[in-house]
Order: sequence, then C-alpha cells, then structure tokens
Amino acid sequence: MSLALMWQYVISPAFLQGAWMTLLITVSALLCGVVMGLILALLQEAPFRAGRVVAFIYLWLFRGTPVLFQIIFVYNVLPGFGISLPAFTCAVLALSLNEGAYMAEILRSGLQAVKSGQRTAGMALGMTPVQIMRKIVLPQAARIVLPPMGNQMISMLKSSALVSVIAVQELLLIANQTASASFRYFEALCAAGIYYLLLTSIFMLFQAWLERSLDPKQRRRRWQRTASAGVTQSGSQREIS
Amino acid sequence: MSHSQKPLLEVIGIDKAFGRQPVLKNCSLTLRRGETLVLIGPSGSGKSTLLRCVNLLSPADSGDVFFGRQNISRGEVPPHQLRQRIGMVFQNYELFSHLTAAENIMLAPMTVLGLNRTEARKQAENLLAKVRLNDRGDHFPDELSGGQQQRVAIARALAMKPELMLYDEPTSALDPEMIREVLDVMAELSAEGMTSMVVTHEMGFARRAANQILFMEEGEILENASASDFFSGQVSERARRFLDQILH
Repeated sequence: MSLALMWQYVISPAFLQGAWMTLLITVSALLCGVVMGLILALLQEAPFRAGRVVAFIYLWLFRGTPVLFQIIFVYNVLPGFGISLPAFTCAVLALSLNEGAYMAEILRSGLQAVKSGQRTAGMALGMTPVQIMRKIVLPQAARIVLPPMGNQMISMLKSSALVSVIAVQELLLIANQTASASFRYFEALCAAGIYYLLLTSIFMLFQAWLERSLDPKQRRRRWQRTASAGVTQSGSQREIS
Repeated sequence: MSHSQKPLLEVIGIDKAFGRQPVLKNCSLTLRRGETLVLIGPSGSGKSTLLRCVNLLSPADSGDVFFGRQNISRGEVPPHQLRQRIGMVFQNYELFSHLTAAENIMLAPMTVLGLNRTEARKQAENLLAKVRLNDRGDHFPDELSGGQQQRVAIARALAMKPELMLYDEPTSALDPEMIREVLDVMAELSAEGMTSMVVTHEMGFARRAANQILFMEEGEILENASASDFFSGQVSERARRFLDQILH
C-alpha cells in the first residue's frame, strides 16, 4: 500500500483521460436522456392513443431490463443489422435510452405539477402557447424537477462505469487495466475512487447552485442587495459633488 | 350611427354543451361601452361558461358573438389576439407563483406587447398604486393575502389596457373581511367607465356598480333587466326567490 503510487496514478495522463471519458459519457447521456425523456413525457400526455402506447412500451422495455443488458445488447446486436457504431457511441446510446425512461417520469410529474389554471391565466392575457410554455410553465416546472434530476445526474455518473464491459476507456476500465498490469489493486482502484468522489461532489455543488439560482426569493434577495449597494454608491457620489 | 351607440359586446343566441349536457341554451345579451353587467344565478347555471364564451376560453357551439365590429365566434380573429383586448380575473387569482407582484403585471406587456422592462415596471407601479398596493411590488404571491392577490390579478389584467374586463366570481374564494377591498377596486373601475362583465353573488356590488343584471338558471337567461328595474322589484317570481335565498 503506497500513497505515493496512488497519487501518481491520480495525476497520470491515463487516469485523467479516463476521468474525462467518464465525464463525457455522463454529460452526453444525460443531455440525450433529457431530450428523450421530454419526447416521452409529451407522448404520454398526447391526445392520440398511439403516442401513449408507444411511450408505455418504451418505459416497459427500458425500465424492465438491466442497464448492463441494454449496453451489451446495443454493442453486440446492432452490428448484426449492419449498424456498426464505435464503442463510445454505443455506450452513450444505451445509457441515454435508459435514462430517457426515468427522465420521462420526472419531467411529466414536473409539468403536471404546474396547475392548469396557470396556463389558463396566460391564455387570458393573450399569450401564445409557446410563450405560456416558456414564461409560465417551464420556469415553475424546472424548480420542481431539479432535485430528482440531481439524483439522476449522480446515478448516471455511477452507471457510466458499466460501459467498461464494452471496452470504452473510461475510469473503471483504466483502473482495472492498470491494476492487472501492476497488481497494485488498492492504489489503482483508490485513484479511480478519488475521481468518482470528486466528480459527484462537483455535480452536487452544481445542483445546489442551480437550485439557489432558480429560487425566485433568492433572486429577489440578490437584486435587492445590488439595488441597496447602488443607492449607497450614488449617495456617496452625491456627497462628493 | 355614432361610435358609442354600437355595443361593445353582442351575444346572439349561443348554445353550448359539454358532451351531451347542455350548459348554455340560446343565450343573448348586449353590453354597451362603459357599462357594467352583473350575472347572477345558482351555481351550475352556466354563468362562468357564458363568460368564457366571450374570450373564447370555451367557445360557443353555435350562435354569434360580436366584439366591436368583429364576429369572434366564426374564427375570424385568432383567440390570443382577441384575449389581448379582454382582461379576465379568476376566482382563485391564478397569479404566477414564480414571479413577484410587479413581475406578474409586467409579464404580458413585455412578452405580448413588447414593452421594455423600464416601461413595464413604471406601468406596473402605476397599476399597483391604482389597486392600493403601492409597496407590495416586490412581494411574491404567497406573501400576500387573498384580497391583495386578487387586486394584483386585477392590475395584471389592466396592464394589457383591455376594452372589456371579465370577472369570474372574483370574491368567492376570499375571507369576508377582504371582499370589500376587492369590490371597491372593481366598483371604482366601473365608475371610471371600464366596461365590465361580472359573475358574482355580491348584490351590494351589483347595486353600486351595475347598469344591467342578468339572472341565469340551467343555461338559460331568465331575466335581463336594467339595474333600476331590478332593484325596484320588477323581477320574475323565480329571480325573487333566488334573491331571497342569497340575501338570507
């Protein structure tokens, strides 16, 4: 057990590269997952039956099978249909498809939590459906979906380790390869663990910052502070003149 | 024909059903510019639906609705453009909970009419003063009492400079001690010549502000009287019984 070696691993280009890959997979899969989830959430609310059926089957498939299964399936079965994608793309594809199923539920509950009376009030003011969505529904829904979205962010970061099975050079695979070459499992895995904790901590800070900045009362406190700073400033200027 | 003689709103023989349930049967009314019409009747009689036919939140199935010179029941006017000219106040206020009182008032003028922030803020402050809430601009809806919220909602509707105001039971959700402050603002607006259509049970308000009173039951307009006729007792037996009920 050597802390010096562990530190060496942490700052080595291979681990840095692996951490970067983990972050890249996580963020790409999250973004695609949100888009997928939004489409599904809208399909679930669709006035036509076909949309709701499609959404139901999708959720049933992707919540009913393990993510690991989905990753291996995408990587090994798609080439049989003549679709050969790089391992990284397969990883992001599988994780996004899976994430979409969970995001759909979160987004749907957020949109439903904004009461229909708020939309009606927007309509009565002469706003168009797009304006109502942007200015009234989304700002209120965003605050509601943020905490569960944060959980999804962190759980996605951890799920990204699963794609090591299809040889994507992410953090866990790098750690495993390093360890099996040197037999220094403790140091290599600890180095990876440090990166995971660092990344989840950054995500948590980001989430806390986002929640604060979306809280309307925080927003008011901020501009009241700048306003009062402005008043004292102009006050002192007046004294000078 | 002079401009003022042409009615602002003319509803001619409209019908509406929800599924098989008829809610409006052959309803007609005329409202001239500057006048206030009060709609009364038991709950479920179609008062709110009639109100919502006017700004197309729930359009009539048949019949004609003229607003100014336009026939709005025939799809000639896009609904959102019509609603820019008609203000509406709801029973449950429906203020936007993520915005302050002032921002609630500023939202539609900024997004729909393209006012800049400074202009919209100035207008919001004038309107807040008008509804006697000068110092409440930076409060969020959940920091205001029901009566204050409803007055902000009135200011929000006025910010679009509407030609007609619709009030859908504006005081029904309020505690008794707050009803007065809202009715005072409404009566003041009526007195200043704001054309208004009000669904309410507040007969005191009707006596103070109404020019015309409609009594509805089961989707039909049973009584359409001038306020003076109505309050001098020239009403049908059915309307009198209803009045006795709500006046205890």
